[in-house]
Amino acid sequence: MQIYISTTDGVPIYAQIVNQVKYLVASRRLKPGDELPPIRVLAERLVINPNTVARAYRELEQAGLVEKRRTAGTFVSDQGSPLARRERFRILGERVDSLLAEAGQMGISFDELSKLIEQRHTALQDLKPQRADHD
Amino acid sequence: MTETTFAASEPPVEVCHLTRRFGATKALDDVSLTVPRGGVLGLIGGNGAGKTTLIKHLLGLYRPQSGTVRVFGLDPIQHPIETLSQIGYMSEDRDLPLWMRVGELLRYCQAFYSRWDMRFAEELRDAFDLGPQARVKTLSRGQRARASLLVALAYRPDLLLLDEPSAGLDPVVRRDILGAIIRTIADEGRTVIFSSHLLDEVERVADRIAIIHRGQIVLTASLDELKETHRRVTLRFDRHFDRPPELTGAISATGEDCEWTYVCSHDREQIRIAATAMGATIVGEDRLTLDEIFVSHIQG
Repeated sequence: MQIYISTTDGVPIYAQIVNQVKYLVASRRLKPGDELPPIRVLAERLVINPNTVARAYRELEQAGLVEKRRTAGTFVSDQGSPLARRERFRILGERVDSLLAEAGQMGISFDELSKLIEQRHTALQDLKPQRADHD
Repeated sequence: MTETTFAASEPPVEVCHLTRRFGATKALDDVSLTVPRGGVLGLIGGNGAGKTTLIKHLLGLYRPQSGTVRVFGLDPIQHPIETLSQIGYMSEDRDLPLWMRVGELLRYCQAFYSRWDMRFAEELRDAFDLGPQARVKTLSRGQRARASLLVALAYRPDLLLLDEPSAGLDPVVRRDILGAIIRTIADEGRTVIFSSHLLDEVERVADRIAIIHRGQIVLTASLDELKETHRRVTLRFDRHFDRPPELTGAISATGEDCEWTYVCSHDREQIRIAATAMGATIVGEDRLTLDEIFVSHIQG
């Protein structure tokens, strides 16, 4: 599990962990059943206070993304849950918001933008088989 | 249990109305500070703010001119043995006996502390790559800091006092020191106080913050609380101002003309209401780093 901590942008460290784990789960780089590092291990690796890691894990547990198994550790929960799906939509929603804002600033209408999304989607679909050939 | 046995229930540090003058300067001015058991307190302040003077009072190296100092419920001046045996201390100038070899230093310290853990000391010596035959005098700055840290840790004190532990050190040694702090608090119930002006380090390891400025504690809070309450808000006014318009809850203000940026410690809703009342709109809002929070409190 790759997590990076920055103390230069003002985001609390526990929130950085929460956001990054959510992202890793939503992008399926962390899969259901994967184990998160023990609190102490992650604290030492990231050189941060163990209480901060504990708080991040608590919030992830409350959000339903991970579950504590008695004595065994913390694991990514089953992502079929509606909570996990909602989380994926939330992350994408933020991206769409900034895309809409940028389009607005560039004077591109919503209709033009949605046409562009469709075009890009088709273009990517066409690319897929070719990419498979290169692999 | 005798009267002088330290009580586990007493807070590691309790300072009440402590004042200390050096000549005409007030190094500490009516300082009150209670540090609860467990966790890390980051004591932050500029050069000459009073950090070292405060720490030296905890060690019983200074006698309070007025006010009281208690360490685990005991006066460190009256009970130096009982209190010092609970404190691991790393001083800013790492005062170590320079003529000793590292191995000798370990045995010398062992004689002082009944709880000295030689196995742990050797483990740290190994991890820090300190040769037992090396003379303290010949150690590099970083190695001397590691030796000083080793001595502070090896009897597993209940209270660890680190005065500017990473000042002037390279990032690798700093990481060792922070790592040692983290391992120390991972052991249940130990308390760490460390002073620093490297605020990104403090932000990583502290759970409570005390800001000291010109001998006064200007703020104590949990780090989470500080980060959640403080934000930078930019207001756009419908007319020009030569000076920042007064905003309730603002700690500092910068800007010009119609746009002024405030550091606030109020909740969002209160700021929004205050701004509307002033005929202003919020055009920007950001979280702050500990560095920025510190500077706003110091410069006011």
